[in-house]
Amino acid sequence: MYEFSRGPLVWIAFIVLIGGTIYRVAKIYRDSKKERVVHPYMSLSHGMRSIAHWLVPFGARNMRMRPVFTVMSFLFHICLLLTPIFLLGHVMLFEQSWGISWWTLPDGLANVMTILVVVAVTVFALRRLAHPVVRFVTKTSDWVLLVIVAAPFVTGLLAYYQVFDYRTVMILHMWSGALWLMVIPFTRIVHMIFFPLTRAYMGSEFGHVRSARDW
Amino acid sequence: MKFKKTPESLVKDPGLDETIKNLTPERIVQVVNRVLTKENSARLQAYLDTCVHCGLCADACHTYVSRDKDPLFAPVSKVRQTLWELVRRKGNVDGEFIRNAARIAFTECGVCRRCSMYCPFGIDMAYLLLIVRRICSLLGVVPVYLQDTTNSHSVTSNQMWVQQDEWIDTLQWQEEEAQAELSTVRIPLEKEGADVMYSVIAPEPKILAQLLGNMAIIFKAAGEDWTMPATDGWDNSNMAMYSGDFEIMGRVERLHWETAARLKVKKIIMGECGHAFRGAVYDGPRWLSWQYPPIPMIHAIEYYYDLISSGRIKIKQKYQEHVTIQDPCNTVRGRGLGDKLRYIVDALCEKFTDVDPKQEHNYCCAAGGGVINCGPPWKRSRMLSNRVKAEQLGKTGADVIITPCHNCHSGIEDIIGFYNLGMHVKFINEILVECMEKPEESEG
Ligand code: HEM
Ligand code: SF4
Ligand code: SF4
Repeated sequence: MYEFSRGPLVWIAFIVLIGGTIYRVAKIYRDSKKERVVHPYMSLSHGMRSIAHWLVPFGARNMRMRPVFTVMSFLFHICLLLTPIFLLGHVMLFEQSWGISWWTLPDGLANVMTILVVVAVTVFALRRLAHPVVRFVTKTSDWVLLVIVAAPFVTGLLAYYQVFDYRTVMILHMWSGALWLMVIPFTRIVHMIFFPLTRAYMGSEFGHVRSARDW
Repeated sequence: MKFKKTPESLVKDPGLDETIKNLTPERIVQVVNRVLTKENSARLQAYLDTCVHCGLCADACHTYVSRDKDPLFAPVSKVRQTLWELVRRKGNVDGEFIRNAARIAFTECGVCRRCSMYCPFGIDMAYLLLIVRRICSLLGVVPVYLQDTTNSHSVTSNQMWVQQDEWIDTLQWQEEEAQAELSTVRIPLEKEGADVMYSVIAPEPKILAQLLGNMAIIFKAAGEDWTMPATDGWDNSNMAMYSGDFEIMGRVERLHWETAARLKVKKIIMGECGHAFRGAVYDGPRWLSWQYPPIPMIHAIEYYYDLISSGRIKIKQKYQEHVTIQDPCNTVRGRGLGDKLRYIVDALCEKFTDVDPKQEHNYCCAAGGGVINCGPPWKRSRMLSNRVKAEQLGKTGADVIITPCHNCHSGIEDIIGFYNLGMHVKFINEILVECMEKPEESEG
């Protein structure tokens, strides 16, 4: 079980992630050709301008209107993406298997970042209960998603602090991590893939066609 | 999901209440599937899948903010109650559902697109709610007053059943009125090869005819070579664009462009109306599969800006009242004309206090997008939906609100009345005529 999780499972997860991503992008690209309005109005510079404004903290009015949420959201996403990639333990696995390695996060920092992700997910969950609009539009899948997103980080922490049986926790960690990667193209986490596309289109509509700003 | 009962769901409108009686489940499924799968594709899919249900778009919407943040009125909630359900149930909904969906899409969203500037993904909620309108329209479930304007477009091509003789009479009458002020003024009809065709919308000949006379004086002072058609095709205010009857929308816009082509004009100047501008420049051409309009069209804001900044028109004395601005969605968010609008107002007026939020971020007047055209049954709801506008305007302390848009004009007048603001609304045209230097009579 442990060996399978360390080896083939990771492969499967990455194949599903990459294959799924290619499929989603290819499909949306093909469908977008059927629309009258997408391609004729795309503009690289205005698309990039819009993406930049929405990737920079406080680059949009809406972010300035809610500073606490903005900081939370950026910390969440930054930690969520960077921690797994630059974690010493993960890089070591790559080095053992393929002999490649790269810069890694100091252990203490990685630990703090992992905790931040878990805290942020908790805040998002509480917000889903507390904010009337968010509660009104929340579906069961939103809860499942939050659990899937948090699971690798929670199990990672448990492993780090050696709570419960290490081996069992590690297996859970690897399975939840793999699940995390595999659901990206097929759930609302697809927003990671579509963000540049929807943003670039809106940026082009506003900037290129209408000479207005969209942030 | 069951619709929550709100006072709005009890409003009587035969366009909704009677028409749903004719619906069959098969018909609904057929129409919903046609619209969702044949008429829409990548954008719909991307928007449905990308939305993370975060509610960050909520505070962008005047309806939501004005109604004490009732969650039912947030942009994403409106989509949740309508489109998400239609998609999830693949159109297996009853007449009552369609009735409520129509109420939400037609009377509680003005398709102003402010929320798409607040969604981190730029999800176009206005487009999604227009899809709902489209479905309702194909099912024949449209607020009765709004449907009447569409019918009028269908028959006369203009919004208010103006007949051709009435149109020509009005122009001649306004020519005479303007001549009382400046004897050489003309309203040249059907002048082939003129530089400019001037486009207006039906409320001008019908109820605000003086605006036509004003414009004739401005054109005279600017030395413009202009004309207006004597035939149908002069109005592109296009309520069909908002009722969801895109076939009629396309016809109205096509006739308008063909009329300009027949007159061989070099460009069109669109009078002070936002919808008409949107219909002519964006929605119309796109429906007709034209990438851009075939003849350049500029909005009155751009024209006045050119006249004043180039010195073709000089300001004799500034307007003395304390003024503020209502930025129309379709020319400011929809065309980036906010700076030019401010340039004009600064040039014309002694005392100007800007609104906050302003420019692209201004709140919609709540009349736009066909909402005011849903008529008297929905007026109270429309007023409750824009308390934030009353507060925003009240804070400026101004006496006069300048807005170059017919919908904003009527919508803001209603708000002023309902919330006792004691202000007045004016078009730029009215102030410009009052303040500009008029040519000497002898110049002829
Ligand atoms: C670079 C790629 C990504 C971008 C640009 C992005 C952007 C966003 C944005 C704009 C939001 C809206 C709400 C907020 O600001 O918190 C959001 C929410 C969210 N994102 Fe991402 N995201 C990305 C990647 C990811 C990934 C990889 C995951 C998880 C695997 C993720 C999980 C979430 C979750 C769970 C929420 C919802 C928070 C809530 O429940 O309110 N995101 N994302
Ligand atoms: S009224 Fe404007 S802000 Fe509100 S939902 Fe409709 S498009 Fe969005
Ligand atoms: S439309 Fe945008 S802002 Fe609104 S809930 Fe969806 S993702 Fe969030």
